[in-house]
Amino acid sequence: MSAEKFVYVIYIRTTPEKLWEALTSPALAQSYWCGCRIESVWEAGSPWRLMIPDGRVGDAGVIVEIDKPRRLVLRWRNEFIPEMRAEGVSRCTWELEPAGDMVKLTITHESDKTGSKLIQSVSTGWPVILSSLKSLLETGDALEATKQWPKGV
Amino acid sequence: MAAVFRALADPARRRLLDTLRARNGQTLKELSQGHDMTRQAVTKHLVILEEANLVTTQWSGREKLHYLNPVPIQEISDRWISKYERSRLRSLADLKRHLEGHDEEKT
Repeated sequence: MSAEKFVYVIYIRTTPEKLWEALTSPALAQSYWCGCRIESVWEAGSPWRLMIPDGRVGDAGVIVEIDKPRRLVLRWRNEFIPEMRAEGVSRCTWELEPAGDMVKLTITHESDKTGSKLIQSVSTGWPVILSSLKSLLETGDALEATKQWPKGV
Repeated sequence: MAAVFRALADPARRRLLDTLRARNGQTLKELSQGHDMTRQAVTKHLVILEEANLVTTQWSGREKLHYLNPVPIQEISDRWISKYERSRLRSLADLKRHLEGHDEEKT
């Protein structure tokens, strides 16, 4: 069992295909992920990275498992905050399940490091991003707060 | 959203969420031990919290673990608090916590 872990669930009125596209498309991710672009060829074993608008790599890793549009498992390391980078690799799982006219999205993020700063940090970040993702898919517009990278970070 | 407010209206359920915030991923047995409630009462509260999506569960072997899910509270905040007000409100909340000298609610 992981030392640190959280499990977040959000229900979004959309289809698994549209949600998968929103999660993996650089252009769509930009609007709800604070201007960051997520880049990968989306195949098992291939790298992925989250690019900060100023050109730094935010987070990166390797795709462990991919089953479009149902399940994605990522090895995940923070790259731009030395203290978190030093923690090494965490693991993030996205699961998409149809639930009536909605899709249940479960994000699990876990680390073997006790007291992981990365898990602390992403545990406050994910709710904002997920809430904006829901807004984007249901209304066509993401939340203002997530459209740009925060100043000075 | 009504389910979230209903779930949060009960102090015992708020305490269960506080317990999970302190340590995420607990079993029913652990949650029952930490509170002055029967296992049946805790189960009943957890069902209401799960229906409101404030608690999520995952199986780990034969153990069902409970996790705090703050996403519905984020959605409430997004609905009524604009990005401009957020940082100011956070400062006020920090000030209140500091002046009152505690981190948790008393009731």
